[in-house]
Amino acid sequence: MKGKLSVKHLLSIRDLTPEDVELIFKTADNFKGILNAPIKKVPSLRDITIVNLFFENSTRTRVSFELAEKRLSADVINFSSSSSSVSKGESLLDTVNNLLAMKVDMVVMRHPAPGACQYLSHHIPAILINAGDGTHEHPTQALLDAYTLTQYWGGSIRGKKIAIVGDIRHSRVAFSDLLIFQKLGAEVCVCGPGTLIPPDMTSVGCKVSYDLDETLAWCDAVIMLRIQLERQDTAYIPSLRDYSLGYGLTRDRLQKIGREIPVLHPGPINRGVEISSEVADAPQSQILNQVENGVAVRMAVLYLLAGVAGG
Amino acid sequence: MENRELFDEEKLHLTLSRLCAQLSETYGDFENTVLLGLQPRGVRFAKRIHSLLLHMYPGIEIPYGELDVTFFRDDFRRKESPLVANQTNIQFLLEKKRVILIDDVLYTGRTIRSAMDAMLSFGRPSNVKLLVLVDRNRKRELPVQADFCGLTVDTLDNEKVLVEWAEQGGKDSVRIQIRENKKAES
Repeated sequence: MKGKLSVKHLLSIRDLTPEDVELIFKTADNFKGILNAPIKKVPSLRDITIVNLFFENSTRTRVSFELAEKRLSADVINFSSSSSSVSKGESLLDTVNNLLAMKVDMVVMRHPAPGACQYLSHHIPAILINAGDGTHEHPTQALLDAYTLTQYWGGSIRGKKIAIVGDIRHSRVAFSDLLIFQKLGAEVCVCGPGTLIPPDMTSVGCKVSYDLDETLAWCDAVIMLRIQLERQDTAYIPSLRDYSLGYGLTRDRLQKIGREIPVLHPGPINRGVEISSEVADAPQSQILNQVENGVAVRMAVLYLLAGVAGG
Repeated sequence: MENRELFDEEKLHLTLSRLCAQLSETYGDFENTVLLGLQPRGVRFAKRIHSLLLHMYPGIEIPYGELDVTFFRDDFRRKESPLVANQTNIQFLLEKKRVILIDDVLYTGRTIRSAMDAMLSFGRPSNVKLLVLVDRNRKRELPVQADFCGLTVDTLDNEKVLVEWAEQGGKDSVRIQIRENKKAES
């Protein structure tokens, strides 16, 4: 059986077909097996050089990508904007073209500007993976969230109700998650204070709620998001304490719904703000599963994109 | 497409028994010995050999695992699309074990090379031997030979050896299929 993604780059969840997602998940299953073997490395990408271009801070995503690349035996170059010529005024395209002149095959990029990857994909020959572009998309995070829930429910998320709670306005994870869950046949509700929910959310076919308890009673799984203070130019909430009272996920709130639902969080978590420590460390918390699955899913994406002849 | 039968059911069953007897001759009571079926097509054959061994030599214990070599192949980025992997399922370590690698058809030898690479993720075996049902002679691209072999055949490039098992819904059979204008693979 042969499997090829319908895309050359991974820029957005929007570009993927449900079959692409299924192929990524199936491949991730196999990589998960490899990650649990005594030697956790395969030689597939040994003649490939990948540059991790991070123009924004990141711990989890960068480490996860780097580990995935190394597990596949690729040569890895790490680049962060703070220690580079970007701070000397070089443009994005110049920076990337200089790196590509050194024969780099793939670029994994995080950038504060929405659409930065899309722009680059029109100008460079390398394979591109979007590791987060501003408030736009974070496709590999969405893939690993959907993969984690697919595994939790034993094979499919079709027909399930998933709530995304928190700073929807500034979250690229929320947008990518929404797209992938809908693509795979789940129902989505976004929940948060009115100031943190974009005004046109119902037009993309998802429910909107301003009441966390009501949302918890409705959903089969909940994804908690961090308040992105670094992206907020004005005050969207009165205070973190006030936000926490209204939208913080606590054990009491979860107990009130009378059934166990999986709790996800893309990290980094702010304990005591959007999620209490008891919930973050509870058995139903999928946070560390998400991190483990992240490496397998990223290996699958890298393998499938790099595997095309002449790609 | 034309078919030529290599084994009918009876001859196939005789061959399976013969292969098991040969394994017993080499491995005695199968102490410290494991079977590894290669995904995807070697697995059904390996399962047959495993259950037949347990049936013919009651009391022996012989662990069985399934090995997928996709990520260890040498043709990555040389095809239109990457091959879809199958599950590796090995619940034991191979360190200091005697390993019997099992595949249905030996052709270029490249799958076996990948398998020897993939296998090392589970430890360093003390000894590895190869068991195949059909050896497509004179088509080897690497220095790989089978230690135990059901049948050796000479084939052309446009021929494909088809191994089918009753578990797949039909009956046990091994045939050569001749395909017109197509380069054979196996």
